[in-house]
Amino acid sequence: MANTQAAILDEQAKADLEQIEVGLLTEGIYQHYGFDFRDYSLPSLRRRIWKRVYAEGLSTISGLIEKVLHDPQSMERLLLDLSVNTTAMFRDPTFYLAFRRKVVPMLRTYPFVRIWHAGCSTGEEVYSMAILLHEEGLYDRCRIYATDINEAVLQKAKSGIFPLSTMQENTSNYITGGGTGTFSDYYTARYDYAIFRPSLRENVVFAQHNLVTDASFNHFNVIFCRNVLIYFNNALQDRVQQLFLQSMEMFGILGLGKKESIKYTTVSENYDEVDAEERLYRRVR
Amino acid sequence: MSTRPALPPGIRSWTDGRVLPAAQQKYELIVLGCSMGGMSAMEQIFSVLPADFPVPIVVAQHRYRTSGEALPSFLRRHSKLNVVDALDKQWVHPGNVYLAPADYHLLVDRDGELSLSVDAAVAYSRPSIDVLFESAADAYLAGTVAVVLTGANADGARGAKRIKERGGFVVVQDPQTAESPEMPSAAIAATRVDRILPLNRIGPFLVELCRNSG
Repeated sequence: MANTQAAILDEQAKADLEQIEVGLLTEGIYQHYGFDFRDYSLPSLRRRIWKRVYAEGLSTISGLIEKVLHDPQSMERLLLDLSVNTTAMFRDPTFYLAFRRKVVPMLRTYPFVRIWHAGCSTGEEVYSMAILLHEEGLYDRCRIYATDINEAVLQKAKSGIFPLSTMQENTSNYITGGGTGTFSDYYTARYDYAIFRPSLRENVVFAQHNLVTDASFNHFNVIFCRNVLIYFNNALQDRVQQLFLQSMEMFGILGLGKKESIKYTTVSENYDEVDAEERLYRRVR
Repeated sequence: MSTRPALPPGIRSWTDGRVLPAAQQKYELIVLGCSMGGMSAMEQIFSVLPADFPVPIVVAQHRYRTSGEALPSFLRRHSKLNVVDALDKQWVHPGNVYLAPADYHLLVDRDGELSLSVDAAVAYSRPSIDVLFESAADAYLAGTVAVVLTGANADGARGAKRIKERGGFVVVQDPQTAESPEMPSAAIAATRVDRILPLNRIGPFLVELCRNSG
């Protein structure tokens, strides 16, 4: 029994030490490189850090601290691990369906529509929105600002080239999401890749922007930030929601990920629900 | 020769009736993993648990990426507990079952806060049982109970091992009573699990195990 108790305390001490190491690593990266992961949500952050620890052939987070602070290339690799979010075209098709039915009619009344896609990653959902707006006859009066913290994924997004193997899932999402055309009309297949029509990014501006450290840069009628905030802790989610609020026109639309809610943030009073299930909100104050 | 009782009263040793230390531990979280056949297995377990069951339950079940409200509402109908799809940054409370939403990993933090992730699938699975279990092991240490049920792959085995390393308690469905035996068998092979029980005993066992918790 005493042994069991000692073992439990030992595990607690190990877990506490690990939390200290995570804190030291993020603080060191912030002070040396300027990337701020200090308020990232711990469970996912810990998982991603350990993945990099093992990939670098190390055995402790402390080992990784030394490595990334003295070797910028290993920092690049860690940055990829910490900032790349996987996505798909028309991810959560019902979100796009709701956007078509409930938001597009509002946007039709605007002469010009500015859209901010925050944390666009490799761009799948940016092209999805461009296709949707094109089919609704709105694309010509829209400008999409697609931003991400990570320059490498932005390059991929700009290329508009995606693995052909994902097109089956994308096509089925497109149809469920209310697509009115033929999905394969939007890309050309070459070898193992699907190359999307360059006209889809005519009105898209890709730019690096860090939600944690950068300020508001414009006012928008629509802001998407889907499955990005889940990686942030509560305090940081609040800060980023304030940034969105500052950047949002009155009656602008906020679109979050399927299981993200503004209920637990400080801006919940500023928005009405357009579609609660699909996390579409409208700024009303 | 005396016949062995169907279920020992409390968490007692089979041999001398001594109450095991496991029963004195206060458990703070139950994590449950399942895949093929999991829906009816969970139905059977949850139907036994009382509305005032003292420990929150968090579930990773493999489900199709567009699976929606049907799973939680089915389980709600067969349970006195409130079964919901988890929301990001939601806090866990007793009396509730939180399911990993389709196409997300679900993780728990020390203070009982749930976090979602869209990191790549682990062993072709998102949600991944290992991801949930490992986060629970790190967050709740010896306060964790893991339950591994039916499933046609080895997801959950690594996570169960981590939970044992951190001092938690692992219950596995007897593979002979599982619709798909691979998942419970893999967990049993990966670590020294605490109990292997037929499906109909798991619910009553959890009630006994968590009697002093909450």
